Amino acid sequence: MTFEYAPAPESRSLVDIASSYGLFIDGEFTEPVDGGSFKTTNPATEEVLSEVSEAGADDVDRAVRAARSAYERVWGPMSGRDRAKYLFRIARLIQERSRELAVLETLDNGKPIRESRDVDLPLVAAHFFYHAGWADKLEHAGYGPDPRPIGVAAQVIPWNFPLLMLAWKIAPALACGNTVVLKPAETTPLSALAFADICRQADLPPGVVNILTGAGETGRLLVEHPGVDKVAFTGSTDVGKSIMRSAAGTSKRLTLELGGKAANVIFDDAPIDQAVEGVVNGIFFNQGHVCCAGSRLLVQESVAEEVVASLKRRLGTLRLGDPLDKNTDIGAINSAAQLARIDALVKSGEDEGADRWSAPCAIPERGWWFPPTVFTGVTQAHRIAREEIFGPVLSVLTFRTPDEAVEKANNTPYGLSAGIWTEKGSRILWMAERLRAGVVWANTFNRFDPASPFGGYKESGFGREGGVQGLGAYLTTEEGR
Amino acid sequence: MTVDLSLPDASPGSLRRFLHGLPGVDEVGAQARAAALGTRSIKTTAKAWAIDTAIGMVDLTTLEGMDTPGKVRAMCAKALRPDPTDPTTPSVAAVCVYGDLVGVAREVVGDAVHVAAVATAFPSGRASLDVKLIDTKEAVAAGADEIDMVIDRGAFLAGDYALVHDEIVAVKQACGSAHLKVILETGELRTLDNVRRASWLAMLAGADFIKTSTGKISPAATPPVTLVMLEAVRDFHEATGQLIGVKAAGGIRTSKDAIKYLVLVNETVGDAWLTPDLFRFGASTLLNDLLLQRQRLATGHYSGPDYVTID
Repeated sequence: MTFEYAPAPESRSLVDIASSYGLFIDGEFTEPVDGGSFKTTNPATEEVLSEVSEAGADDVDRAVRAARSAYERVWGPMSGRDRAKYLFRIARLIQERSRELAVLETLDNGKPIRESRDVDLPLVAAHFFYHAGWADKLEHAGYGPDPRPIGVAAQVIPWNFPLLMLAWKIAPALACGNTVVLKPAETTPLSALAFADICRQADLPPGVVNILTGAGETGRLLVEHPGVDKVAFTGSTDVGKSIMRSAAGTSKRLTLELGGKAANVIFDDAPIDQAVEGVVNGIFFNQGHVCCAGSRLLVQESVAEEVVASLKRRLGTLRLGDPLDKNTDIGAINSAAQLARIDALVKSGEDEGADRWSAPCAIPERGWWFPPTVFTGVTQAHRIAREEIFGPVLSVLTFRTPDEAVEKANNTPYGLSAGIWTEKGSRILWMAERLRAGVVWANTFNRFDPASPFGGYKESGFGREGGVQGLGAYLTTEEGR
Repeated sequence: MTVDLSLPDASPGSLRRFLHGLPGVDEVGAQARAAALGTRSIKTTAKAWAIDTAIGMVDLTTLEGMDTPGKVRAMCAKALRPDPTDPTTPSVAAVCVYGDLVGVAREVVGDAVHVAAVATAFPSGRASLDVKLIDTKEAVAAGADEIDMVIDRGAFLAGDYALVHDEIVAVKQACGSAHLKVILETGELRTLDNVRRASWLAMLAGADFIKTSTGKISPAATPPVTLVMLEAVRDFHEATGQLIGVKAAGGIRTSKDAIKYLVLVNETVGDAWLTPDLFRFGASTLLNDLLLQRQRLATGHYSGPDYVTID
């Protein structure tokens, strides 16, 4: 007898997508000065969802001036307690509209509704609640007796967690008294535009949050605008480097959260079944479009065979398909461009002699998809062990001793996250001390909490988001002034 | 995981080394996995299939001091025809009673459903091996074709695995051709590491089924415990080729819960286990909820407790 799960789609009619959107500047949706626009599509069907404005230099200038004016007149001088009221209101509105926002996120991004509903949206609300709580307690946060906001923050976010990255950026900025101009990713602008509507619903004073849609050029104009005091960027290491170059010699404060090539390290005494779950969650969560994804599996050679066998068996049960179906585990790749990048790196893995295995799942005819894929026989010398693939592709490497595990885990230009799987508590501490990664998970992976700081070492960037540490990116202390 | 270990012999040292060499179970991870599978959305045709499958897997149970022949006869009638208004409703898998009522049950059900008897000084298991064996033999002689035995949890927790093992072997022998379900009473074993070890111990000793609970101890069956037992069954199958069944007993009262267990089975051991020969629910009140949901799917509206029988 086979247990066929009948289709269980979440209702698309929960969202009302306009045929076109303007730019959200100074509390209003306005047309871009030069009238540019681009289309955003559903990656699972290639259907055009809406037409979105492309902000040019004049629009960026308008938005930064609106943010400056709101900072000087309203938001900067406002008491922390009053700022908290707005943030709590936004958090509650996000909860109330979470089903709608989850569907919107899934339509625009391609991620499974199970993840947008159970992971993204609860965390988005949690980030606003958490930072709302800080707004009137900043003098107790360890940044001196009188920490002040920085001013206008330019924030550029990626497409992998559109609304969650927005929350990571906007919630601490606003809690600390800054105003923001935020640019969502070109392929996933819709949830940020829905957030603009939430700001209006919450009666947030005009200009405190401005949302500019556009591509890379809009982002460049924004971060290079002289009226910006602080730049926060999450995205690729290449773009991060160019932002750092442009900020050099200015007084702009900068935080960068960039790429990663995290090692998930499985020792021979690990709880194997849960470790396999952790590997699946580490690299196949959100189709592997996760900067802290556990894309390198480092497994102790003595258990490598059984771990890989268990992993393949488990991957055979993953359900790839319609992201709106509540039983889908693997959704669509966000864009044709990203799919091409994944294809190219996978090809390099094959060409360089690693063994490719892909889960046997049917690929839908339309849209952009990639099956969960595992490479075995990978060494440090393979490109797929060094470069960020940002897709559902795992590279399996082996090690013999704990020292070797640390060496291999650290042997990467990145340093965002790492995972350790062992039943031995002392070894967890020993490893965590030596791993050069901003986040180290033990016997779990891809766990997030607004109270826990997140950020990288080396080419994964600098600065922390979340927790008391994350507030520092949006505050200036006595010495800093 | 793939267990690539040569299986132990029955000597105390060998059993101990083997059981302690099994990979640990991370409780947080196991709970998270069971919870994630609990979010599967089973609707329409899938739900109808799951409800009928679940009805066919029920061991309809009464294990009370106040059980009488009348009560058992009534329950057996229900086991045969769970929903008298709809003859397409499948029969349950078995009825489960105390040993002294096996004859009464067999008289009513004939060969149409299995008759399971709890034996071996159920539920505590605190009796001599001789008493347990006589308990078992009498139930089989009275017509039970399935025996639900309890393990000696005291011996297990004291580390005397060989004693537990040898008792199961002896009871299995006393069962003759009757199927043996071994109750681990996971609510008393407490840790998932213990659940995994006890599962292996029972399978090595010859269990046909491993069963979570007596229903007399709380917590009884839970999704994480059942997950770990299913993983053990899966790994045992890979190591030996044998198919061992799992019975989740106690605490499963709603169709929604039952369907979550079927998902757990489906995505842990695969659909080969989605048969009453390899998966059972030990329950009394679950059946009526399954029947109510079945009626609702058929008619499009909810009826109520007066539209299912109370036996």
